[in-house]
Amino acid sequence: MSATRAQAQTVARQRDETHVRRLNLGKWGTIGLFLLPGMLLFILFVLVPIVKAAQYSLYDWNGFGPLTDFVKWDNYQRLYDHKPFRSAINHSFFIMLLSLSVQLPLAMMLALLVGRGKLRGRKIFRMILFVPFVFSEIITAIIWMYVFHPGEGLANVAFGTLIPGFESQTWLGDRDLVMYSLFAVLTWKYFGFYMILYMAGLQGVSKELEEAARVDGANELQVLRYITLPLLGSTIRLTIYLSVLGSFQQFAIAWILTRGGSPANSSHLISTYLYRFGIKTFRLGYGSSVAVVLFSISLLFSLGYQRIVLRRDYAD
Amino acid sequence: MMRSSTYIPSPTTLKIRRGLSVALKYTILILVCTIVVSPILTAILGGLRTTGEFIARPFGLPTKGIQWENYTNILEDNIFWRSVRNSLYITLASATFTVILSSTMAFVFSRIQFKGRELLFNILSLGLLFPLGIAILPIFLQIRALNLTDSYWGVILPLVAFSLPGSTIILRTFFKAIPPELEDASYIDGCTRIGFFVYILLPLARPAITAIATLQVIAGWNEYFLSLLVLTDSKKWPLTLGLMQFQGDHATDWARMMAFVTILIIPAVIFYLFAEKYIVTGLTGGELKG
Repeated sequence: MSATRAQAQTVARQRDETHVRRLNLGKWGTIGLFLLPGMLLFILFVLVPIVKAAQYSLYDWNGFGPLTDFVKWDNYQRLYDHKPFRSAINHSFFIMLLSLSVQLPLAMMLALLVGRGKLRGRKIFRMILFVPFVFSEIITAIIWMYVFHPGEGLANVAFGTLIPGFESQTWLGDRDLVMYSLFAVLTWKYFGFYMILYMAGLQGVSKELEEAARVDGANELQVLRYITLPLLGSTIRLTIYLSVLGSFQQFAIAWILTRGGSPANSSHLISTYLYRFGIKTFRLGYGSSVAVVLFSISLLFSLGYQRIVLRRDYAD
Repeated sequence: MMRSSTYIPSPTTLKIRRGLSVALKYTILILVCTIVVSPILTAILGGLRTTGEFIARPFGLPTKGIQWENYTNILEDNIFWRSVRNSLYITLASATFTVILSSTMAFVFSRIQFKGRELLFNILSLGLLFPLGIAILPIFLQIRALNLTDSYWGVILPLVAFSLPGSTIILRTFFKAIPPELEDASYIDGCTRIGFFVYILLPLARPAITAIATLQVIAGWNEYFLSLLVLTDSKKWPLTLGLMQFQGDHATDWARMMAFVTILIIPAVIFYLFAEKYIVTGLTGGELKG
């Protein structure tokens, strides 16, 4: 009896399969069914909002009612004059520069150590190093909030044990220190991502070429400088691109660790500034002007970088 | 001089040098891994100790017995399970829609020729320039205009929309690599375009599709900024917002906070161990093996 049922099921499945297999919507029908939903979603939630932001930024608008209060460039003028905004721009660039000069080289060094070769346990190291990447930004921020606790946090205790006479620091409350602390956390969270990209790039580096250089008497540093790194060129250019854009997008970790830009709005990034002064206070026209500045920076950088730097990587 | 001027080190020097370099490598790796792991370990151990122990010595084993009630308090809380459900809902829905929409779009962009295709593809690629984090305010306004505030769709749809450019581009590359002869053969066998897509292309592209689904699961599970703006009703909050609220309520109860963090870390780590291969494939377009 169950055999008949199974048979019936098979027949049904076959009929079903044939039905789908033979489903013919023609070329335009298929294009419509396959392309339209995704494109509509993309236009609705990505393109339209971005274009609208440019419009809102010219109005004084609290987010309710129609746009009536046209203020031309006032929002931008006010942004320019607002000290916390200037410092937010500086901080975003500061994080970007540190990411390029510290985070990427660190990721490269680790990729060279665990990405290939015969080092025992390299797969285990690789797994450990990549773990923070899967943590949410919220978990990351909360863990580090306790690590950086001004009294007995792990950071103070660890430095106190290692360095005699070390004075406890208020890592997140000190204007001069907070950006470095934030950067340390961002590095902890994201270096694994770049490490993985470098490891993928290393797969394409020919071992024979490196071996040939060694036979010719090059030492390890020379092999790295003249063979390995140049061959990783396209990966390095890609990571620089992602790292710069990523620096301008940071929000959650910075918002939680700096408690919304404290002390006294001195530790904002562009995104936290936007949330604090644009959204929380319902000055949405003003906030939109921040968003437009943020877009423009990303867009200019992207277009310039793709034109000048990435072009040769796509020349195929 | 008859002897070569090149200095050739003796085998023992070479061995010592290699030993030193291996030792140096391990030192660096162990140092970095310690820095990576110690905050995580502190959190995990912290959840098993009392707040008093934690404050006296942030890193250490429990000395006053294991404090299971830090955990049971959370796990017996209905609000916790409600936010788990909300998170699962947002995560699974956004991953499913991302996979369906990006694979169908990639199919058209890689396999069906029509006028204006390149233009549409370039418009889609523009999306890579505006990640969710940068465009959050205008998206929020759009969600409000569409009456999607306080609805899960207000979180899911933008999440999907912003993941479409990247995932479509990855899948398109993958689809393009599948030989056109296969497509012709399937047409001769009576397949239509949709039949070819469902029965031949999708199964062949399974590694890439799994990779995209995996990355989207991580993105959905960790999503915070959108939910913060869109979901005002705390009954709809995902775990990320739940954790922030818990943090606000129990800021001084360090041990309980650490227990909550640990509860969230453990599934993330298990998922990671399970899906590492796919995460790596997704990030590198399949270039990294072993």
